[in-house]
Amino acid sequence: MDKTVAVVGGGVAGLAAAAALNQLGYRVLLYEKEAFTGGNVRNWDRLFPKARNAREVVDELASSLTGLTEIATGTFVNSVKSTDGLFEIESSGRPAYADAVLLTTGFELFDARKKEEYGYGIFENVITSADLEKMFASSGKPLMADGSEPKKVAFIHCVGSRDEKVNKPYCSKVCCVTAVKQAVEVREALPECEVYNFYMDLRMFGTGYEQLYKEAQVKGVNFIRGRLSEANETRTHQVMIKAEDTLVSRPLQITVDLVVLMVGMSPAGSTMTILKSLGLLGNEDGFAGIANAHTGSTLTLKKGVFVAGACSGPANITDSVNEARAAALRIHQYLGGV
Amino acid sequence: MADFGYSLVKSGKTDLDTAGNALARSVSEAEPGFNLCIACGCCVATCSAGRFTNFGFRELIHRIKRGEEKLMIAEAEKCMLCGKCTLVCPRNINTRNIVLLIRKHAIIKGL
Repeated sequence: MDKTVAVVGGGVAGLAAAAALNQLGYRVLLYEKEAFTGGNVRNWDRLFPKARNAREVVDELASSLTGLTEIATGTFVNSVKSTDGLFEIESSGRPAYADAVLLTTGFELFDARKKEEYGYGIFENVITSADLEKMFASSGKPLMADGSEPKKVAFIHCVGSRDEKVNKPYCSKVCCVTAVKQAVEVREALPECEVYNFYMDLRMFGTGYEQLYKEAQVKGVNFIRGRLSEANETRTHQVMIKAEDTLVSRPLQITVDLVVLMVGMSPAGSTMTILKSLGLLGNEDGFAGIANAHTGSTLTLKKGVFVAGACSGPANITDSVNEARAAALRIHQYLGGV
Repeated sequence: MADFGYSLVKSGKTDLDTAGNALARSVSEAEPGFNLCIACGCCVATCSAGRFTNFGFRELIHRIKRGEEKLMIAEAEKCMLCGKCTLVCPRNINTRNIVLLIRKHAIIKGL
């Protein structure tokens, strides 16, 4: 077999799809805009629900690729043109042709500066969940801007999710369990540190997530149901936050040393660019549109163009990898393999 | 002080920077289930005392966590210790023991 599939995006979905396509005998051109594969997962320290090392997952997926995959790192795909069932990939690298295209362009983290009232980029002790992962990776614990250990940390759920004020009406799915995971990690790294999670709902949908929530409760994490209205910096560079304690219908405030904003998933910019070049549309949230929600989540409305992972909406690693492998089978069917 | 014909209303806001946590701490140490509430309200739905008073177990422990110790010690007196809430709790919290521990704390501290 000498057929080629172009996979755009070298995150966990792209890697899993490329490996599956290799096993089915296809040549794969794997495009990755960054210098390394692994996507957003590469920037994470440990993963929910069992604190597995994130790099281990990326390495496992990357190691299952065969010589049939050609990886083009540092290469940005600008557009894809289709002529008579053949796809021309125009990128920052050399032009290439493929018999099918799989978009695994993933997501970008919500830019927390857009929620200006929470003070990210303004107050020194307001950070994002991604910043906290970097701290865990480098020093194993959260640190304030002056390098000291915080005594009180607040996690703010749904930053850039379920919020029409920033045009993100959807739930990003994984931030709840990430906040609970990180809250547990803070309690383990700094047992004296008080931890408060401000949530609207706790959406613990996956295997082991609800158990992790209970573990956080056992480890003394405080859960307060209410969305932050604002954060203010005190003279001592602490952060005073305000919310409603909705379970007793009362306003509440607390001063903490460190605020962690749980940033949601936004569509990657390249997703829409490539979809448009193919004459395809995004869905109402700006992610890639799919043929149908129940039985066609890896199909688009154009034959030969497939999607997998978080480019079509927020997804965890498990679902991204499964969808990538499902897409590989759909591509196999499309190319006449079955 | 001069009487201007009006009075100041005390803020109803919860300030966790100044809230006391002695009661919450003593109860949760003796009964770790105190921290496991998911605010489903099952306990209140089945509460016998709640049919005749405004007593509710969910709110009781919630407000203890927010530092309203004195008020909630008085509130806990309304419980009849029937234990129906323990039977329905999805987190399997020993609610009855928590009420007993609140009363015990009040007696020991002379509150």
